[in-house]
Amino acid sequence: MSRITIREEGCKGCSYCVLACKRKLIRIDQDRINNLGYNPAVFSDNNEEPCTGCALCAEICPEVLIEVYRQQGRVGA
Amino acid sequence: MEKRKLMRGSIALAEGAITAGCRYYFGYPITPQNEISEHLSARLPEVGGVFIQAESEIASINMVLGAASCGARAMTSSSGPGISLMQEGLSYLAGSELPALVVNITRIGPGLGGISACQGDYWQATRGGGHGDYRLIVLAPNSVQEMHDLAIKALHLADQYRNPAMILADAILGQMMEPVNLDPPPVEIPAKPWALTGARGRKPQLVKSLYLADGEMEKHNWHMYEKYQRLQEAEVMVEMDLEEHMDLLLVSFGSCSRMVNSAVALARSRGYRVGHIRPVTLFPFPGDAIREVSRCVGKVLTVEMNTGQMWDDVRLSVYPGCQCRLLARPGGAIPSPKQILEEIEKYIKAGDLLAKSVR
Amino acid sequence: MQKVFARPATLLETGFHFCPGCHHGIVHRLLCEMLERYNLQEKAVGVPGVGCGVFLYDYIAIDVCEAPHGRATAVATGIKRVQPDHFVFTYQGDGDLGAIGTAEVIHAANRGENFTVIFVNNSVYGMTGGQMAPTTLLGQYTTTSPAGRDSRNDGYPLHLAEMLAPLEGVAFAARVSLHTPAHVKKARRALQRAFETQLEKRGFSFMEFVSACPTNWHLTTLQSVEHIEQKMLSVFPLGIYKNTAAATVRKEGEPADALL
Repeated sequence: MSRITIREEGCKGCSYCVLACKRKLIRIDQDRINNLGYNPAVFSDNNEEPCTGCALCAEICPEVLIEVYRQQGRVGA
Repeated sequence: MEKRKLMRGSIALAEGAITAGCRYYFGYPITPQNEISEHLSARLPEVGGVFIQAESEIASINMVLGAASCGARAMTSSSGPGISLMQEGLSYLAGSELPALVVNITRIGPGLGGISACQGDYWQATRGGGHGDYRLIVLAPNSVQEMHDLAIKALHLADQYRNPAMILADAILGQMMEPVNLDPPPVEIPAKPWALTGARGRKPQLVKSLYLADGEMEKHNWHMYEKYQRLQEAEVMVEMDLEEHMDLLLVSFGSCSRMVNSAVALARSRGYRVGHIRPVTLFPFPGDAIREVSRCVGKVLTVEMNTGQMWDDVRLSVYPGCQCRLLARPGGAIPSPKQILEEIEKYIKAGDLLAKSVR
Repeated sequence: MQKVFARPATLLETGFHFCPGCHHGIVHRLLCEMLERYNLQEKAVGVPGVGCGVFLYDYIAIDVCEAPHGRATAVATGIKRVQPDHFVFTYQGDGDLGAIGTAEVIHAANRGENFTVIFVNNSVYGMTGGQMAPTTLLGQYTTTSPAGRDSRNDGYPLHLAEMLAPLEGVAFAARVSLHTPAHVKKARRALQRAFETQLEKRGFSFMEFVSACPTNWHLTTLQSVEHIEQKMLSVFPLGIYKNTAAATVRKEGEPADALL
């Protein structure tokens, strides 16, 4: 399955990735504060509309915290 | 065979810089220094160098900063108003520990002033017109030969101590012509491992003057201070024309010292026992020499083409109890040897107002 | 499973000091991507001006020379003239380039200096706490335009890309934005053109990045994205204002070519 990883310790909760993800797979974790004192963004895949590895979230992250892994050959599947 | 050539001061200085391997000049037109830029605009392309007439003196000094950060020998020249615009750049050059040659062909001021010669930029040059704890290495030629030789020396000292160096000349020295011996001392440019030549095979390097972490700037200030101490101990240049016993010691620098030399000769021809100290480096200032010599001469006469600036440093340096007087001619006026002689006679004849001058 | 997006190696691990939602971080990343694409890390010299972007050397693994406020394009001139085969770029903000550094950038452009200017336009002075900048929008509140920028007193937003494009020394000038992923992709392509301009020695290249400054706009990060969309882009139209490499060279006044 395509997926992303977010270095949550560097996140400043700007929500750009949340806005960018077409499938709404990223949200701001209101229950946790990271070392910088922000609620970090967290990725949670869902089976109906899983992550396609499109990397829009990574493209817009101003802290460059997101890595994207794409399942070969199944972009958009 | 000694290669001597009749040259104008500005041209001699420019040729000295080229001899010393300076290949980058960035400047802006301002009388009375234009001969330097004009000459280099033709000469630098001939020697594979770069000449840029910048949009302002502010841009000029920052181009020098850029070139220097890559390890190149770079220079600019200007006069009072332009040197004032360059002060922030000079502070950055010192703070970033970058070598550079800055030439001030001083003109009368303040403000727009005029284009004739004076020495009114002494404080700005030696006390640093820019912000922060730093000094400029300041060399003051008094002949066309020294315009040539001190340009070479300044570039060498700047590299050696990684600090901007200034030639403090004036309109007289810039314009006058004298024969110059062009046989240069061997010039070798020291290695500059710190230069920004691209992080190939080494970690990236940084040239900067921003120090925000706690205690970092204090450390940097003392590091720079230590450099200035080394300069003070090792690089003072001073010319002394003394006698066994002297009733009066004159102190002067730059073109003004030429008139003082004539006055001293006249005074001696009339039997007066006088000596003359000429600081060549204004920083590091030859304070020890003045203290030592003035110990056995109760009276010191400073002669300057301003309202009295080096006079402060002389009074700071003389042996305690010495009497100090000033002959000052600002605003383009030039003290004539005759006038200086009158002052010498008046001062010597004034007798010892104080107790017997300390022997 | 293939890793299709990762942090460029030239972008050091140290976290940015930028505020949440500030686009400086993206500009840094795009720069690193281009430096790596053309294998320039070992022959690049960055020249940050004074502003939020001054700490470029903490984030990008190349040689850097810090320039006094407003003088980066003069410092870069000195560096490029000493080392013509090095890749030289300045990194400046509204104040550094649009205010105190205007003369320097105009004359560097007019001399056709073969280096690249990265201009981050967030319409305020960020580092010093949100003062009005030459690019501040009319009516925009800043700490020095507390009643909103009033043209009668404070003049009009300055359009640097349009101002520099007509100069013959300019080979490339573009304005891009970073407020959506699509815009970031377009910004990267334009930045690539700018890099190629320098690498092909065609002369001065200028990249203006419209960027968010939530802290000093007193907006949330998402409101800032809207602010760019609805307010800034009409004042600062995006596009390639000059590209001497393009087949048809855009005439002055013509709308900018659409970003590729």
